[in-house]
Amino acid sequence: MTVVDTRQMRPRTPFPGQHIIKLAILAVGGQGGGVLSDWIVDAAEASGYAVQATSVPGVAQRTGATIYSIEMTPRTERMPVLALMPSPGDVDIMIAAELMEAGRAVMRGLVTPDRTTLIASTHRMLAVSEKIVAGNGIADGATVLATVRDAAKRFIGFNMDKIAAEAGTMISASLFGALAGSCALPFERAAFEAAIRKGGRGVEASLRAFGTAFERASDADATSDAADDAPQAVAGVAAPRGPAHLLARWRELCARIAAYPHAMRDMATRGLAKVVDFQDLAYGAEYLERLDAVLAVDKATGADGREWALSVAAAKHVANAMAYDDVIRVADRKTRADRFTRIRREVEAPEDALVQVTEFMHPRGEEVCSMLPAGLGRFVEARPRLLAGLDRMVNRGRRVRTDSLIWFTVLFTLAGLRRWRRRLLRHARETDHIERWLALALQTAPQNYALAVEIVACRRLIKGYSDTHQRGLSKFDRVLSAAPLLAPRDDGGDWLRRLREAALKDEDGSALDGAIKTVRSFAETGDPLAARAKAD
Amino acid sequence: MAERSFAREVEKLRLGDGETFHGEGILAITKALLQCGVGYVGGYQGAPISHLMDVLADAQDILAELGVRYEANASESAAAAMLAASVHYPIRGAVAFKSTVGTNVASDALANLASGGVTGGALVIVGEDYGEGSSIMQERSHAFAMKSQIWLLDPRPNLPSIVKAVEDGFELSEATNTPVMLEVRIRACHLYGAFETKANRRPPLTVREAVDNPRRQTDRIVLPPAAFVHEQEKIATRWPAAQAFIKERGLNELFGPQAGKLGIILQGGMYNSVVRALQRLGLADINGDTEVPLYVLNVTYPLIDDEIAAFCAGKDAVLVVEEGQPNYIEQAIGAMLHASGAPTRVVGKTVLPMAGEYTGQVMLDGVGRFLREYGPEMLAAEHRAPNRPREPQSASDLAQIVPLRPPGFCTGCPERPIFAAMKLVEQEHGKHQIAADIGCHLFSILPPFEIGGTTMGYGLGPASNAAFHGGGGKRPISIIGDGGFWHNGLSSSIGNAVYNEADGVILVVDNYYSAATGGQDVLSSRADNRSKSTNHPIADAVKGVGVKWVRQIDRTYDVAKMRDTLAEALTTPEKGPKVIVASSECMLNRQRREKPLMAKAVKDGRRVVKPRFGVDEDVCTGDHACMRLSGCPSLSVKTLDDPLRDDPVAAIDQTCVGCGNCGEVADAAVLCPSFYRADVIRNPTRSERALARLRQRVTRVLAGWRQRRRLDFAGDVAV
Repeated sequence: MTVVDTRQMRPRTPFPGQHIIKLAILAVGGQGGGVLSDWIVDAAEASGYAVQATSVPGVAQRTGATIYSIEMTPRTERMPVLALMPSPGDVDIMIAAELMEAGRAVMRGLVTPDRTTLIASTHRMLAVSEKIVAGNGIADGATVLATVRDAAKRFIGFNMDKIAAEAGTMISASLFGALAGSCALPFERAAFEAAIRKGGRGVEASLRAFGTAFERASDADATSDAADDAPQAVAGVAAPRGPAHLLARWRELCARIAAYPHAMRDMATRGLAKVVDFQDLAYGAEYLERLDAVLAVDKATGADGREWALSVAAAKHVANAMAYDDVIRVADRKTRADRFTRIRREVEAPEDALVQVTEFMHPRGEEVCSMLPAGLGRFVEARPRLLAGLDRMVNRGRRVRTDSLIWFTVLFTLAGLRRWRRRLLRHARETDHIERWLALALQTAPQNYALAVEIVACRRLIKGYSDTHQRGLSKFDRVLSAAPLLAPRDDGGDWLRRLREAALKDEDGSALDGAIKTVRSFAETGDPLAARAKAD
Repeated sequence: MAERSFAREVEKLRLGDGETFHGEGILAITKALLQCGVGYVGGYQGAPISHLMDVLADAQDILAELGVRYEANASESAAAAMLAASVHYPIRGAVAFKSTVGTNVASDALANLASGGVTGGALVIVGEDYGEGSSIMQERSHAFAMKSQIWLLDPRPNLPSIVKAVEDGFELSEATNTPVMLEVRIRACHLYGAFETKANRRPPLTVREAVDNPRRQTDRIVLPPAAFVHEQEKIATRWPAAQAFIKERGLNELFGPQAGKLGIILQGGMYNSVVRALQRLGLADINGDTEVPLYVLNVTYPLIDDEIAAFCAGKDAVLVVEEGQPNYIEQAIGAMLHASGAPTRVVGKTVLPMAGEYTGQVMLDGVGRFLREYGPEMLAAEHRAPNRPREPQSASDLAQIVPLRPPGFCTGCPERPIFAAMKLVEQEHGKHQIAADIGCHLFSILPPFEIGGTTMGYGLGPASNAAFHGGGGKRPISIIGDGGFWHNGLSSSIGNAVYNEADGVILVVDNYYSAATGGQDVLSSRADNRSKSTNHPIADAVKGVGVKWVRQIDRTYDVAKMRDTLAEALTTPEKGPKVIVASSECMLNRQRREKPLMAKAVKDGRRVVKPRFGVDEDVCTGDHACMRLSGCPSLSVKTLDDPLRDDPVAAIDQTCVGCGNCGEVADAAVLCPSFYRADVIRNPTRSERALARLRQRVTRVLAGWRQRRRLDFAGDVAV
């Protein structure tokens, strides 16, 4: 056995004249955490430090979150003994390459208020679980940001992903810049930049991102909420452009909105713009007539104290309902004048490149039928064999080139059907649906105002195309089927909201079925407490 | 072509006497092998050993210069079998694989090797994938060493110690005619550090020279009666020889004061964590100079009885730090002290957890508990009775919000459309019994696909469905990757299914590489590999073993075809296994291959088409049906600045590689028309330009005509 008896005396100080800087990086696979780790090692070694770095890398993007651990101490003749993984409460610098990863670092105890400098990019890379929710599944970033800020001794957070993208490089470069700018490591800026140069790939872009992030991090204000991350204030509705006679009528409609209660004006103006854009000004007038009817009921039920909740909800959802997603709308959207410019921008096509655009359409017999005049459409629908024949003719995936003359013209012509839209089967059906839905809400309002507001809001359930649209409709129907049961209850609105939320939770609707069962059981037994306990 | 290239780093393998090597643990091990005059190397990839295999592949020239044979073995079992070269010939050989999965596969060959024993040093380097980030079942390699009597080295995790362990390992193996296992934990493999190098040594006897002068010794062959002699030999000769060698060479180490009333016995691999705990408790300094005596087992099997007895003499208690379970070392030391009547208490799993990784916190807690109980006077007041750390309120709040980030398919992965198709088949034909295998395709088990029930081992997916292969109302489905197929799937899964007339569907996911382990080539890889034979189609192999119903799909992104083929396999009256080979190149590898070529082509003025996908956000309704059939990192959702819209809409970011899955899925599942594909054409031809100009002119006129006849809200972000 090898005997290394170096310590006969008690140590007076555990770390005489030296200390270990402990740094950890939490990144998502594919973000370049390994590159960042290599740079830090290089900068530290060049600055006279002994460094040990390690990680549990899987491979590339598929690994999810990955943690890197680096420890360093001024170099001496002896080799220091350093740990191979960061420990809770024992980290000096924590670098998180994404907001939720910063949250994860705090959860793991790797950020503590007594010593940790937290350098985090505040941008989001959504997890799969956030994306697959039918409604809005995005995690609450503001709370995480506030929490991680409190958890750290020092917090340097801004959107480093954006800085990297603007410089044309990976986030590792801007994280490295923020680390250098934070002065949390006792190295010269030149040592950091030399490490990037030594890496040798995409040096200029990396140095640009490094520089920008360096400035931001060394700026005292960098620890405060960066302006670019705050949600933009919603812009008002800009005035449309167009022929004078149309503009005059637009202004007349706007004048009607000016007479509405203040609370609903903004929403009503947006709604009006949406339905006029969808069809025409007359359609806008119809929209306002529907709002007038809602407003009248709202007034009659003494809505002032309720901030016109019913009217505001109607302004939003009636507009969405009236601007339904039909073939004409899709064709119109795909052939707008500004679309190709937008696509060029989105795909970052260089000036001298050509861009060809392919659309993925899959029409079914039902869609074609719904575009027939209402009478003819119903005639076909009533004959299953005819409908099936139609479906056989059209039901097939179609990849169409909208930059080509033929297909552009086809879609352009389809969009032109707008003039006859009111006579088509789809419109009849949508209008009927809107009328029944609004009637239910307005009938309910005098008895149960909150429930009426929620009935209006249930429109959110109807979205998508073909099967997804059918499922939405079916969910909408199932949720509203509970409305009569809930009308006599004070907490009826609350319950309907829960049903809607359950419906948005999963695709097949099993959460919704469970929630409806609960409502039915207490409606029958009259025991809401037991039912609520079950539902929660 | 492997995912990571070490072409630059392997130059470090040429360093000579007295130079300093800086780099990763894996590379250091390779350098150590060359310094030891190794004659042949091999292994099978799998974290953390993948990089070792990649290093070897990239170092072929250097290996060839030294006369070292390099083999990329078909499996761990094949790798272990290769060590047979060291049985009769005095040639040093080393193989590497992931443990314990690889050791499981290799155990047949390892047991035979260990029985007959070796003449040349035989080193088995096992990369221990245990604890955080591990992708496999949690077991110990220690048991394999014990059952076959293979010596087990577990060096301190720093490069000089690891390099020394390689050197010691060969010598120990030769001195005791026993194979030696070198255990390196995942973090040590990826450890960046430095060590002083020696010049590489050419093997005294190369395999080429050996093959020209064959030798055999009947008593080394595992056949009765020799096999019975081997077992006696292990105990009577090899074991004492090993103990003597380990003692004499001082392979285990003692740190800290000789005397003291307590001490710590630890696995070498635990050394840094133990020292960190002592540093934090104020009992060790930055260089590891400690007040608590440490006995570091760089050899964890066999144990050296008298070293342990000497260390424990005069001590009230010793802490045994042994990661994983069962606690073989602790039990052995306890039995040893009990037999000798020593009064020392053996403390181990009573203060440290029986199972799970010994992280920094676990070690701090465990060592702290041991010291507070048996030597509180050594501790400063704050460590003797530490304040209970306050659980920060914030952390528990975060747990409610911060989403998990499990692994998933990469951007553009060709396996995504396969599982999207399976999901569509499921919607139409109902759920099926599905068995999965090892490989990237295993991510199908996680959201959004949630397909696949079990995973029984590499290449065993279809075999694990055997009980269901008698058929029923619905056919069972099993999945196997190309890696698993060649590892052992062809015989264990496909051959097995043919022979037993299995009435099931077998889906072979062929992405041209052993992709999950880092993109190493396999037999069916389409690339030309300068030293390996590739381009052997899976479909041919499957037909060769007697499968009649075989469908080859050459573009997995064709979701509709994928779906229809699966449906056909589930319903065809054909008897026997139905095998679908779904082939498309791993996108990571493809991008790495194509990106530089494309960039060069653009620069040279050649025509290049680069597809990208996008979403018309005003056509997308935010139902996220596409996400539930994708999970692509580049397909995300974004919130619009529009109070009229409640739900975020789909959005595709710049990382999109234009694989086509979004469009195919939107089409096959009849989702929605919001996706578009934009083909960006660089250096277009002259006629293309002219046609585009014409098209642009006409479409602009038409669109402008309509725009002028209606109100235009384009300046309005809300519409």
